[in-house]
Amino acid sequence: MAIEGRANDERHQPPSGQSPAAMRLVVNGDKCQGHNRCHVLVPELIAVDDLGFAQVKGDGVVPAPLVEKAKLAVRNCPEFALRLTSPAASGEGDPA
Amino acid sequence: MSKRPPVTDWATDFDHMDPQWARDPFPIWDELREKCPIAHTDRFGGVHLPTKLADIRDIAYDTEHFSSKRIVVRENPPNVPLPSPPISSDPPHHKPSRMALLPAFTPQAIEPYIPVTRRIANELLDALGTPESCDAALSYTQHIPVRVIANMLGIPESEGDRFRRWIHIFLEDTIHDDQDSAARLVAVSAEMDDYFRPFAEARRDNPGNDLISFMTKARFNGKELSQRHFYGTLRLILIAGIDTTWSAIGSSLWHLATHPEDRRRLVAEPQLIPTAVEEFLRAYSPVTMARLVAKDVTVSGCPMKAGEMVLLPFPAGNRDPAAFPDADKVIIDRQENRHAAFGLGIHRCIGSNLARMEIQVAIEEWLKRFPDFSLDEREAVHWSPGPVRGPRRLPLRIG
Repeated sequence: MAIEGRANDERHQPPSGQSPAAMRLVVNGDKCQGHNRCHVLVPELIAVDDLGFAQVKGDGVVPAPLVEKAKLAVRNCPEFALRLTSPAASGEGDPA
Repeated sequence: MSKRPPVTDWATDFDHMDPQWARDPFPIWDELREKCPIAHTDRFGGVHLPTKLADIRDIAYDTEHFSSKRIVVRENPPNVPLPSPPISSDPPHHKPSRMALLPAFTPQAIEPYIPVTRRIANELLDALGTPESCDAALSYTQHIPVRVIANMLGIPESEGDRFRRWIHIFLEDTIHDDQDSAARLVAVSAEMDDYFRPFAEARRDNPGNDLISFMTKARFNGKELSQRHFYGTLRLILIAGIDTTWSAIGSSLWHLATHPEDRRRLVAEPQLIPTAVEEFLRAYSPVTMARLVAKDVTVSGCPMKAGEMVLLPFPAGNRDPAAFPDADKVIIDRQENRHAAFGLGIHRCIGSNLARMEIQVAIEEWLKRFPDFSLDEREAVHWSPGPVRGPRRLPLRIG
């Protein structure tokens, strides 16, 4: 169920100038159903919107100390709606 | 209870109302998952039963072939529709009716009910005093969700008996095969609407912060909800929020009563309770929904015909070893737990944030008051059969 106008989907590109090594947490707004597991596991990186859907805070860049928690959030999403994008040369991978 | 014939073969004649299913469904699901994995029964007019999480997921996501117009498997479904949007809605109507409700069930919206739930739990615990034994289902678990949802709706918390009677008729009595079950279902729906009407009319003129007031202001595609939609959704909110959570709290306490090492650990490390609750939700998921096959379709080689029903046993999927390592073990600090206790896809349980909060608070407060308890072997635990499985009698020894 796509909710039009949700800004936190994969088309949302990271701002330029960030560290090339940084991983980003990405929510697929078409898949998210608002289970809210990610927000509970890593509230530093995930907020919920007024309808209860996950929303990446800021640009989604995952600081090194939060990488493990972010991976856990990815691995607990019942809808497979979360991804960590790695800076691998081949493009966006899924290290989680 | 009905006089249902015993199940002869779980792969070809299963019955989710069977006492064996209620008591211990796990070996049944494990065997079917390995051998079948989609079982069938001619009972209830023909029902399929997938047991692998992947199949359950595919069906939950496929709203083209699987309709939510019927979500409870019944021997005698009523021939008049009793819609309760959005749970009974398909696309494209589903989305606007769900969006109308979603703001009332976000984590932010649920937060004010944490102290309410804690107050209710402690009132019940105070009333229990210092017993040597008690029935935790009758004196604790069954009261918490009914009082919380009554508080949210702005209807009397004290009328739990009335609400539980309605739920019992909807989700247990009328699933059996007695001839008048369809008529009873229609009658109880009308009784509920009559109960809600004076509250709704008062709140329309004088809205408060309660869910009924919220519903009077809700919009469906920009318009006020029709009477049928409005009362159907109110019935849903009341019914869906009660015995489901009651079952989950009860199953969690049953687990702790039968696993003293887990009980002692949660008493010593209450910060682990949210993680443990996710594991209890996985291992003892209460809710099995159903779908109506809308168009002929084949799932994992199993042909399904339009008009048949399919159970969505999320509790069985959550025990699938293909999806969870050590699926049959309850590991209260399990970190990776992609369980589907609240369903998958567009019909994800809208009250999941509320349910989680209630379960966590109920377990926290119980363990604070009664850190030491076990099953009272003198009496039997009774598990409800059918779409919502949980302990309806939970005799415990305290201390």
